[in-house]
Order: sequence, then C-alpha cells, then structure tokens
Amino acid sequence: MSAAIQQNATAATQTMSGAEIVLRALKEQGVEVIFGYPGGAVLPLYDALFQQNAIRHILVRHEQAAVHAAEGYARSTGKVGCVLVTSGPGATNAVTGLLDALMDSIPLVCLTGQVPTHLIGNDAFQEADTTGITRPATKHNYLVKDIKKLAGVMHEAFYVARSGRPGPVVVDLPKDILIGQGPYHEAPTAPHRSYRPQREPNPEMIAQAVKLLKGAKRPIVYAGGGIVNAGPEASRLLTEFVRLTGMPCTNTLMGLGTFPASDKQFLGMLGMHGTYEANMAMHGCDVMLNIGARFDDRVTGRLNAFAPTAKKIHADIDQSSINKNVPVDVAIIGDAGLTLKALLEAWQASEQPRHTGALADWWRQIEGWRGIQCLRYQQEGSIIKPQHAIRRLYEITQEIGRETFITTEVGQHQMWAAQYFGFDKPNHWMTSGGLGTMGYGLPAAMGVQIAHPDALVIDIAGEASILMNIQEMATIAQYRLPVKVFILNNEYMGMVRQWQELLHGGRYSESYSAALPDFVKLAESFHARGVRITRPEDLDAGIREILAHPGPVIADIAVAKDENCFPMIPSGAAHNEMILGPGQEGGVKGVTDEGKVLV
Amino acid sequence: MPDNNENKLRNATIAVLVDNEPGILARVVGLFSGRGYNIESLTVAPVDEDRTISRITIVTGGTEMVIEQIKAQLDRLVPVRKVCDLSLEGAHLARELMLIKVVCTGEQRMEALRLADAFRARVVDATTASFVFEMTGNGDKLEAFTALMRPLGLAEVVRTGVIGIARGTYSLKA
Repeated sequence: MSAAIQQNATAATQTMSGAEIVLRALKEQGVEVIFGYPGGAVLPLYDALFQQNAIRHILVRHEQAAVHAAEGYARSTGKVGCVLVTSGPGATNAVTGLLDALMDSIPLVCLTGQVPTHLIGNDAFQEADTTGITRPATKHNYLVKDIKKLAGVMHEAFYVARSGRPGPVVVDLPKDILIGQGPYHEAPTAPHRSYRPQREPNPEMIAQAVKLLKGAKRPIVYAGGGIVNAGPEASRLLTEFVRLTGMPCTNTLMGLGTFPASDKQFLGMLGMHGTYEANMAMHGCDVMLNIGARFDDRVTGRLNAFAPTAKKIHADIDQSSINKNVPVDVAIIGDAGLTLKALLEAWQASEQPRHTGALADWWRQIEGWRGIQCLRYQQEGSIIKPQHAIRRLYEITQEIGRETFITTEVGQHQMWAAQYFGFDKPNHWMTSGGLGTMGYGLPAAMGVQIAHPDALVIDIAGEASILMNIQEMATIAQYRLPVKVFILNNEYMGMVRQWQELLHGGRYSESYSAALPDFVKLAESFHARGVRITRPEDLDAGIREILAHPGPVIADIAVAKDENCFPMIPSGAAHNEMILGPGQEGGVKGVTDEGKVLV
Repeated sequence: MPDNNENKLRNATIAVLVDNEPGILARVVGLFSGRGYNIESLTVAPVDEDRTISRITIVTGGTEMVIEQIKAQLDRLVPVRKVCDLSLEGAHLARELMLIKVVCTGEQRMEALRLADAFRARVVDATTASFVFEMTGNGDKLEAFTALMRPLGLAEVVRTGVIGIARGTYSLKA
C-alpha cells in the first residue's frame, strides 16, 4: 500500500477497534446517514453503530436498494452516499447499484463485510471475492488486510469517490480487521500520491473554444450530468453563459435541471426520445459545446451521421471521455463549474464580432422545428394518456409550490417523465441513465426523502419496474417516509412492448405484466395509502389527494395500454431521421439489420 | 469528419508505473478485456528500491483513437502513477527474453549451434539430445530464430514479453 498511508500511520495517536476506526472515519468525512443491511461479517460494525448517535442507519430490505437509496441521497445533496452490507450475498446484491452509480458518476462509499483474513480463499460461509467481483463495477475498491492501513483507506475511499469524475468505491472489511485493535489518524492534508484529477481548464483551450463559439452561425450548448456533479453553482454559471451568449441549450437525461426547463432558450432533452427541435438543432449546428456529457449512444444516434457539419468542443473532467465515441476539435479537461467560469470570462474579454444575423436565422429555424410541437398529445375519451398524467402531476406540483424531487424507474414512464415534467433546478431529478436499472426509483426516493424530510418526493414508476424493489415499502413504512409512488400502469413492460411493436412484428414476447398485484391492497398491507385512478376526469382530484396525504402513497394510474413513447430516433438512425408519432412508424421499417443489433 | 488516417492501425508500447499492490495487474488486465482492447504482450515487475512501484510494459494495437483511449483509461486508475506511450516519445528500445529448447541429433545439432552463434543466442543447457538457448532481442529477431529452429527439432519456446525504455536522457519517473 502507499507510502502516504503508511506515513500517516506513524503519526497515529489513538488505538481503537477496527469498527470504531471505520465509524470515526465516517464521522470525520461528514457522513450523517448510512443505508445498510446487517449480517455475520459486519456484526462488529453494527455493534459499534448501536453504541453511538452521530450516524443514522437506515435499514433497507435488500442490499441493491441500499445502494440506490445512497445514490438518491448523494444526487439530491451533492454529498457522498454511504452503504454498509455484509459479505457474500450482501456484497453481490449491491453490485447492480454499484454499477448504476459508476455509469451515472454518483459518489458512493460502500462498506462490505468480508470473512476473516485467514479464511479468505477457503470458500468460507458467505465468502465472495468482493474486490474481484466489484472491480469493473466501481471506480476503485480496497480490501483491507492490515488494520494499520484501515483509517487511511477509509479517508482515501471518500477522496476517490468525490474527486474528478465521481463514482462508487468499495471498502472490503474482513471481520478480524473490524474486531482487531489499531491506530486512528485523521484524513491526510497532503495531495494524493497518484490520483489528482485536473480541475482547472487549460486557458489556451478556453480561448480556442470561445473563438469557435463567437464565430458560430448555428451554435448549440449540450449540457449533461457533469454539471450536476460540479455543484449548483455550475448550473447557475451554465444559465448565465447560455443567456449571455443567446445560444440554444439542450440537456441530456442526466443533465435535466442544470438549465431551467422554463427558459425560452431551452430546447428540451436530446437523444433517442429527445425533442425534435433539440435533435434537429444538434444535427444542423455548426459549433457544439458539450459540457459534462459523454456522447452516449442514446444521445448520438448513428455516429457517422452525428452533427456532421459541427465543430465540436468537449469539456469534461474525465480525459477518457474525450474522443471516446466522437472525435472533437477542442478538448477542455476540467471541472464543469470552473470551465464555465473561464468560458464566461473569456467570452466577456473577447472583442471578436459575432454573426448576429446568422444567429437570428438559426433561431428562426429552431422556432420552425418547435412549431411541429413534437410532444403534443390529445387527451380524449375515457382512458388516461400517460403523457397527460405526468403533465398534470407536474402542473399540480407547480401550483402547490412545494420543493419537489422526482425519481423514476426505467422504461416508457421514465422517458415521459423526462419529456413532460419540467426541471428548473439541478439535483431534483434522480434517474438511472447509463445502466437503465429497473427498480431504481423507489429506493432512490427513500434516499432523497431521508435527505429532504419536508420535501415532496415522487417516484414516477411503471407497474413492472416498481415490483423490482417493492419490498422497500417496508423501509418506507418503518421510517415514515412520505414518498409518493406514481405508477403509470399499462399492464406492459412498455418500452419492451414498444420495441416489439416497432421492430419485431408486434410479437409481444413475455412483455405482458400478468398477475399484477392489487396495488391498493399492496399499499395498505405496507401501512401506506393506496389510490387507484382510472378515469381522466378523476385525475386532477386524485393527484391533489395523493400529494396532500401526509404519509406514503401508492397511486395506481390506469393508462392507455398501447401508447408509445415519441418522438423516437430508431436505433442506428440519425438525429434528422426521427419518428414523431403514430402513423410514422413506417420510418422504422427502414431500420437496417445493423440498427437492429443495437439496443 | 474522420479521415482515413484515423482508421489506420498502429502498434503501441505503453509503459505504466503503478503502485505495487495486490490486484493492480487484475485491474489493468480487466480494463483491457472489459473494453475489448487487445494485449499482445504484458510484463510487470517492481522497479524501485523499496518495491513500492511496479513498471508494466504493454504492447497493444489499434487506431489512434483507441490507443489514446487506452492511455486515458489506464491513467484514471487510482493506483496508476504514470502512463507513457514509448512509441510516441521518440526512439525507444524494446527487448524480450526467450528460452528455446531444440531436440535434435547429428548434423542438426551442429546446424543449430551455428545458427545460435550467428544470432548470439547462448547455450544455457545441453544434453546429448537437446539444447536450451537463451536469447534477447526484439520480437522480429526472436521470431526469425524460432523459425530457423523449427526444422531442426524445435520442442518448446518460452518468452517474457516485451520490456521497453526510451533512448537518451528522458526517463519515466513516478
């Protein structure tokens, strides 16, 4: 292990048990809440937790949920989320959550129990090679085999989780290490020996970027989740920059809220289910500024047709995101907030003239695309449209004016939530973007509610996804978390059904949600309120009732079963080959075999 | 737009200085297999006085974009201290050690010895029916010698994989 850690060990003052070292380090790192589930290997830690009051432990009902809850906590507060699980199945159950956090760059520290060091490798009871299994699912991981290094590893884990591009870190703790006696020392003040991500952008690159942007005739800003990770100030700077420059701005799924959805310069989300205007503007732009996004395949569509005429500027804190999928012209490595600050200053200092006429033409073109009203829908007849349900939920939360956080599961309802719920602030939208983990939303909502006890926290769900972590209703009951679960129930795994309809000849193989529970009774059995809404005329009153209820609610909203999520860029297609709605599915027939291979 | 140059494949010899800790090799190898990069050869050993730093030499290939990606991915591993593309740092030396066993008798023994002499391979073991030659050099030289030994009774080959170092004063330090 490192020289830095050893050096600190020599400066140790106090001796205590491994479990006490862990808790002391958590306190020093500012941890207030830990999500976990006990088991044999972590009993010493649970014993130490029992004897203190500084750190609150939230008992989940499945380890995957502990990680998602910590993600919701982290994403809504900007702090590092913390998880505690036992060895073997405790650790393996956490893996999905860890990979979810890795893909979406969420800072977490996950403590896993491990069999005592002398039994490692012996196939002991509840033994798993946790560091081996989680290596590709974490930003970094540690197995602590020497108690003298424990405090140093704990501090380093938090440093790694929150620095640079944030991510999950696992610390695997053998039981003999937790029981043994060792030295505690405080977090080091010296820089880390090897991991020192670049935060300050290179001024030369900033100058090149401003030169391109000032000279642009059809510019666009494409902002992602990196701005959320850089803190609320980064979102404020993004808003200032976009308003100052008069450019159109689009957000990725992870970036929603970093630029106000209510702003007239906002084009909506881009990508596979993004708006027509955002995707057409991406396709037609001549200069693109990507800040804190990673040219994900959901965003780019077919790579060789992605923004073919654009000069591309990519600002990212992670060097490995640069030129990974899309070759760029200007690369800026650094923190999104510091980059935006530098861009603003360089922009204001530059006297380079702009193409104001061309910019006005660009906006006229964008207004033309907006005129298509790609998110328009018709609520008529006796069946609730899912889009309408979300739109009304949004509008009514706006009327109520309470601070509102939205989490989602994964599928059609997630995309509709992204399209029809407006986010004006960062950190208020929690969704599984990269990994697409069904079952994310309910535990994430718990984590958000723990961090924001007085806020309105709503999990927009589908009837299939919600069943993937439904056991967490017990956690919600235990801690009296007033989470509202808003199920858009179409009795299908809707996104699977949609792809089967569009790409597999309407053969709905295994996508029907058969044998669903009675969600009202299910809610009641978990000590929550259950509400079912089936008629459009009952929707508004129903939503008001749900939001006004002081405790947890499951709302089962029966929505149109055959509704598809549009607009849509079929896989393997370009941004300017969108399908806008039903009747245009013919466009999908043009999907090549190459496109069909893509997910 | 990408031009044809960007699709051209090249080989790269990448030197990586890492903390000498358990799991680091698994991390590097897992990165290559998980992301579908190609490893042609990989060597690793501690290189500093107190054995806290190891040097890994990886020979890989790909387009310029892929090689840049490999270096960036390696660089963001927490225990990685330095990543250096020796192929880009100007002239560098690349060497490999080979032990090669040839089983033969009569005139073929004489021929094997003559060729070994020409290639500056050393005899490190001999019986009445076999030789083991030791040889260092770059890959081409080792392969040429192996090819010559094949008709003479080549029985077994073992190679270390490539190690590399830059020529001149430039030195890679943690």
